Amino acid sequence: MKTTRRQFLATAGGGAMALLAGCGNSPRVFPGRIVGASAAAGHRLRDGAFPAPDETLDAEVVVIGGGIAGLAAARRLDGRRDLLLVELEQETGGNAACGRNAVSAYPWGAHYVPLPNEESTEVIALFEELGIIRGKDPRGLPIYDEEALCSDPMERLLDCGRWQEGFLPQLGVTPGERRQYDAFFARMEAFRRTPGAFAIPLDLGSPYPELDRITMAAWMNANGWDAAPLRWYVDYCCRDDYGAGIEHVSAWAGVHYFASRRGRAANAERDSVVTWPEGNGWLAQKLSAPLAARIRRGCIVWNIEAAGKYTFVDCFDLARERSVRLRARGAVCAAPRFIAQRIVRGLAPAQGLEYSPWMVANVTLDSPPVGPGAPLAWDNVSRRSRSLGYVVATHQNLNPVQRETVLTHYWPLDAQSPADERRRAVARTHDEWCGLIAEDLEETHPGVTGQIRNIDVWLWGHGMIRPVPGFIWGEARRRMREPHGMVFFAHSDMSGLSLFEEAYTRGCQAADALLARL
Amino acid sequence: MSNRGVRLLLLASVFTIATCGLIYELLAGTIASYLLGDSVTQFSTVIGVYLFAMGVGSWLSRYVERNLAGVFIQVEFLIALFGGSAAACLFAVFPHVNSFRVPLYAIVFVVGSLVGLEVPLLLRLLSAQLHLKDLISKVFTFDYIGALLASLLFPLFLVPYCGVAQTGFLFGILNAVVGLIALWALEIPNARALRIYGIGVLAFLVAGLFFSERIVAWSEAAAYGEDIIYTRSTPYQRITLTRHSDDIRLYLNGNLQFSSRDEYRYHEALIHPGLARLRNARHVLVLGGGDGLAVREILRYPQIESVTLVDLDPAMPRLFSTQEILTRLNAGAFSSPKVRVVNSDAFAWLKQNRRVFDFIVADFPDPSNFSVGKLYTTAFYARAQAALAPDGAMVIQCTSPFIARKSFWCVDETLHASGFVTEPYHVYVPSFGEWGFILASHRALAGEPEFPAGLRYLDASSFAELFIFPPDMVKVPADANRLNNQALVRYFETEWGRYLRQ
Ligand SMILES: Cc1cc2nc3c(=O)[nH]c(=O)nc-3n(C[C@H](O)[C@H](O)[C@H](O)COP(=O)(O)OP(=O)(O)OC[C@H]3O[C@@H](n4cnc5c(N)ncnc54)[C@H](O)[C@@H]3O)c2cc1C
Repeated sequence: MKTTRRQFLATAGGGAMALLAGCGNSPRVFPGRIVGASAAAGHRLRDGAFPAPDETLDAEVVVIGGGIAGLAAARRLDGRRDLLLVELEQETGGNAACGRNAVSAYPWGAHYVPLPNEESTEVIALFEELGIIRGKDPRGLPIYDEEALCSDPMERLLDCGRWQEGFLPQLGVTPGERRQYDAFFARMEAFRRTPGAFAIPLDLGSPYPELDRITMAAWMNANGWDAAPLRWYVDYCCRDDYGAGIEHVSAWAGVHYFASRRGRAANAERDSVVTWPEGNGWLAQKLSAPLAARIRRGCIVWNIEAAGKYTFVDCFDLARERSVRLRARGAVCAAPRFIAQRIVRGLAPAQGLEYSPWMVANVTLDSPPVGPGAPLAWDNVSRRSRSLGYVVATHQNLNPVQRETVLTHYWPLDAQSPADERRRAVARTHDEWCGLIAEDLEETHPGVTGQIRNIDVWLWGHGMIRPVPGFIWGEARRRMREPHGMVFFAHSDMSGLSLFEEAYTRGCQAADALLARL
Repeated sequence: MSNRGVRLLLLASVFTIATCGLIYELLAGTIASYLLGDSVTQFSTVIGVYLFAMGVGSWLSRYVERNLAGVFIQVEFLIALFGGSAAACLFAVFPHVNSFRVPLYAIVFVVGSLVGLEVPLLLRLLSAQLHLKDLISKVFTFDYIGALLASLLFPLFLVPYCGVAQTGFLFGILNAVVGLIALWALEIPNARALRIYGIGVLAFLVAGLFFSERIVAWSEAAAYGEDIIYTRSTPYQRITLTRHSDDIRLYLNGNLQFSSRDEYRYHEALIHPGLARLRNARHVLVLGGGDGLAVREILRYPQIESVTLVDLDPAMPRLFSTQEILTRLNAGAFSSPKVRVVNSDAFAWLKQNRRVFDFIVADFPDPSNFSVGKLYTTAFYARAQAALAPDGAMVIQCTSPFIARKSFWCVDETLHASGFVTEPYHVYVPSFGEWGFILASHRALAGEPEFPAGLRYLDASSFAELFIFPPDMVKVPADANRLNNQALVRYFETEWGRYLRQ
């Protein structure tokens, strides 16, 4: 392999930095551990047999899975029916899980929600109830809780050795490339303004079969949009939302990213988002708090079956190593589809499900990283990195002087096929992950390694459903939405796009459908 | 060593002791005039005390009977220790003592008497080898040449290039080295113990030279164009106090906070336009303002029952409650039993606060970065609003409406967006220029102000003028400052950037 001068300098520089960090030739060992998710528990579902239940409990309705969709369903059912929610992890939240250390709370997955569209009525009602939306101004625009809105500065990009505000590359962009920017964004704006075109929840929008059939990359080629900075930007956006780039996701999903957001606020720009130090974990905790007495944590549901007028839900208590049978009149299955079709007896497997694996690391630093150009923002991305950069967990803190901080480092594992990436990911040790993470951060901020105090790692084997061509408007997804006897389904998988609004709305809808049948 | 060698060595000692002695004296005089001002008084008193102490030392020398050389070297080490570290010690104790003159004269006295002790001992050591006539002539010649060298080196080279504290350590080291050489050359009982002692002193001074912060580096002083009398980096900021004759100035991170010559204009304008109209005010909250100058103005109203001061940096109220010069400036504001100091971030503190105040003073640094910018947002004012009594008022310092016009009116817009009624006003503070404030309240303030006695700037007519904005400062449209747009920081950067580049 021929080493380019730049690569050589990078390696040499990295080596020098490693020496400076005081660790000689052997890579530095960082404290921390691989925290989740409970892959072992999940694998048991695939491989292991579970002991037969030795106890039967009655509950009118059971919700399986305590992610956003499950919590939404439980919230809707609570108070109306006698309810139990079963979650395999020690905490509810699912992909919106969060953690906390001495420095800050931080997300392990989902970390923000954009201003919801008018048609996202369930989410708006929730936001009003939680005080995220505080009222309306005379024009009827929602007034948001300012402390929940992402503080300025929101985004910055490291490109050509300098940090710039925003993610769209601006440095060294040629007039020709700018014309492509203009054409691309004009097209997105036209889609955005077309009533009924792209909506959230997405089922309120239109199929556009010609967009659903091909990849985003192919569609951009067809339009002559080949400018490198534009393609990098669109690819970045798709990887951020779907864990897979423009070569993998459908053009429909790609356009949806740009054309679906119409949320407005009296006191924020259109592209604002709401976020908290713990990310969407804040929302998950608000949802689960009133349900605390009805939630069973650390219990894995391994069988759901209908018998007469009952639906039986068998779950295995991981701590007590025994199974319990729940006898219910109906259930909402809010587990991901690849699990649902393993535990719901008689449910036909959906074809063509693809999931993007992710690695998320929370890196505790002694002081915030510095660099030339725009100051530290909430979300910080380097154009040269294959990771998605980092989100600063302490960004929403209001105290003016911050020394220590936690960076949440996001990395969609999309270099190879999801199955290969999953295999590679679980094979890596904590030290190996730390090496990759530190190397990536060091590229972005030379010298930062010396500031790292701790690195915790979370692997999402099936982090996000992938909206590959044909999936969103295809047969498989349509069938996923149908109930199975008295088992109703709720999960963002059923949308094909892994978004808070989709998950939450699915949960509400499944609960309503179940209530209508009871 | 030959007699001739010993003689030369002893004369070299006279020379160094003379040089070092004068340097220590000059250092003390310089530090005293840096810190206390009025250099004529400081130099005269320091020299007076020093010479008197030398006399005391000379007189004491008669009690040294045996082991002349041993005592001589011991004293040499003591001079090195005390003289060498005097400057650094004086700087270090300055912020912590009520009367700086006590440690100042104490240390001058100690060094002076040690030097005074040294010369007679030397004379006696040399008397065995020289005739009285030669002895006196040689010793005094070297003494005066040393003095000349010191007095030239000090202002031309040492202070500009080495800084005051470093100079002290440098000459202390010189002292100690000469002592060690003498120890090696002379025959002295118990030399081992003395050597360890001398090496210890030397090591201490070398460490002092390298590790002490460059307390008064000339470069820093030059940047301010004033004498720096105190500087310290806290985890939150760099605090610097300077003095230029009777003018004391406080800088935080290099930005001027006040000049003692005209700060009364700033602080009278900050407090009285609001508080003089709130006859029923009992409880006041001050956010920022750790110098206690705003509190001084508040305490002019006898009906005030409590003042709560929230400042992020504990070093500020501590400095301004112990140092004599500074407590004179704020009239001992922090020793009033009505005043309570909380070391906390204002935003975090307001979030958990449940008390209600009649008057709130937001005296934060200018919004020059995103962190400070948060303290000027609608989110912050919403918190402050909850802490404000229904007929109370809040005043905010908001940079210069002349230099940063849009920034000033941005704060006004932000307060309106937070539901306040406002009264913008401004005052001319010579060291700052035209400066702006905004009074914010739930409903318009009524009534005429009743000013307390003792104000130097505000009266009925200057009060009326505050609210007149000439055309070059009148309102311009600006966005409200929110956490999620930080409009103010962006305006501020542009406007001050443009002004400073001119
Ligand atoms: C790294 C990452 C970043 C993301 N960032 C964002 C973001 O910023 N904004 C956004 O809107 N979305 C984001 N998402 C998407 C996120 O997945 C959704 O927003 C949403 O949280 C999904 O919720 P859900 O309820 O549909 O699914 P899940 O979160 O998958 O919930 C399923 C739950 O079921 C439980 N479960 C599974 N099997 C069983 C079983 N057999 N028995 C019991 N319980 C079971 C799981 O433990 C889990 O708690 C992100 C996703 C990832 C992976």
